[in-house]
Amino acid sequence: MQTNIRDMIKALKTVGRYIILMNRTFSRPERMRMFFKQYIKEIEQLGINSIGIVLLISFFIGAVITIQIKLNIESPWMPRWTVGYVTREIMLLEFSSSIMCLILAGKVGSNIASELGTMRITQQIDALEIMGINPACHLILPKIAALVTIIPILVTFSIFAGIIGAFATCWFGGIMMASDLEYGLQYMFVEWFVWCGIIKSLFFAFIIASVSAFFGYTVEGGSIEVGKASTDSVVTSSVLILFADLVLTKLLMG
Amino acid sequence: MIEVKGLYKSFEDKDVLKDINVTFENGKTNLIIGQSGSGKTVLMKCIVGLLTPNKGELLYDTRNFLTMSKNEKKHLRREMGMIFQSAALFDSMSVLENVMFPLNMFSNDTLRDRQRRALSCLERVNLTEAKDKFPGEISGGMQKRVAIARSIVLQPQYLFCDEPNSGLDPKTSLVIDELIQDITREYNMTTIINTHDMNSVMGIGEKIIFIFDGHKEWEGTKDDIFTSPNTRLNNFVFASDLFQKVKEAEVQNIEG
Repeated sequence: MQTNIRDMIKALKTVGRYIILMNRTFSRPERMRMFFKQYIKEIEQLGINSIGIVLLISFFIGAVITIQIKLNIESPWMPRWTVGYVTREIMLLEFSSSIMCLILAGKVGSNIASELGTMRITQQIDALEIMGINPACHLILPKIAALVTIIPILVTFSIFAGIIGAFATCWFGGIMMASDLEYGLQYMFVEWFVWCGIIKSLFFAFIIASVSAFFGYTVEGGSIEVGKASTDSVVTSSVLILFADLVLTKLLMG
Repeated sequence: MIEVKGLYKSFEDKDVLKDINVTFENGKTNLIIGQSGSGKTVLMKCIVGLLTPNKGELLYDTRNFLTMSKNEKKHLRREMGMIFQSAALFDSMSVLENVMFPLNMFSNDTLRDRQRRALSCLERVNLTEAKDKFPGEISGGMQKRVAIARSIVLQPQYLFCDEPNSGLDPKTSLVIDELIQDITREYNMTTIINTHDMNSVMGIGEKIIFIFDGHKEWEGTKDDIFTSPNTRLNNFVFASDLFQKVKEAEVQNIEG
């Protein structure tokens, strides 16, 4: 009982520290010129460098989903467009937004946490503080802004890569007729679903950047603690993404 | 000049600093010495504002740091330079970019002027040839020199050095010590050096504060050390045979 209360107090303290850090982060940058320089650098480092992995995973998942649906629901009673329709809905509603962000939480989140954690233990953050610079704003704000900008673009890329993967199974695997897949992909298309994926991804981007930055920024100790912070950031942001996915799906589509 | 008056700092129930009263004079190299765990790093962190003391006053040329507004503190920090134990250079930036960083943040000069100023600071520490290298590509001593160049680029009034010689060979340590002393005199800065390198104490210790178990145990110059009857100070400074012999020679010299 006592341990539970202690854990609860610890969790509340962590939330409090996160809010205080975000309060420091969302302040006016010292120099807008430096902020934009850093912002562009983060877009490249966190976003552009992730395009390859996003396209690769999405392409193969799109292809695998098509094959699985085709094999598992094949029946004379099922319309032939079903495969394309289901593939589209999975890619649009869940895979390209939520699952892709879970993958990015691993890649980008650990990158942010370990970068900031190393800066903390090598006193680079203290050096910024001594110079009279707000380190949270200087280091974290460009990362959040960059990720919130680039992740919706990555989600859009993912949707297209998944659809190309689905077509690849028709063109190269001969799984089904490409025209049937195309018909299914266009059948009862709801534009709002695309927006749902993009809106969800904005929240997920904020979760990945801010939670990972929090774990990295508040590291105390040495390299083992940096590694632990990196793992904790991935686990926590993944759990929060799943929870936010549930809430946002209910709000946007319920 | 920096004045510390009645400074106390504790962590939970442990008192780390107890009633510290000291004045650090400008144009001089002020050294804080003491055993590991004696509280000298905490004292330095309290002075630069990385830690908030529980009680006391901290006067930067009569300006009380502890009662200042956030904005005033921010402005005062631009008058400070600090050299960290690990040099704390930004890994993603080249040597020149590291030195230019404070200028990029606070100066309204043109890019060419900022570059010129950064290069003159690099020239001051004899590192112009390494300007395009990254911190990972240069030696520990060079990293410390870059840190010195970065800390003086805004021409600060106060310079803080946290164990500037740690991890360096004696010859490089000497170069760093001399550089810090020269810069202190050149810019008439108030320099505080946190060290347990006895070579630095004997070399550049114009004013020395000995911290023992969280309180100021002794204060004086490097020459006073040889004649001080303080046992704790003697046990600390002359712990090695080499410095014991130096002391014996010095005492003989004084008596003779």
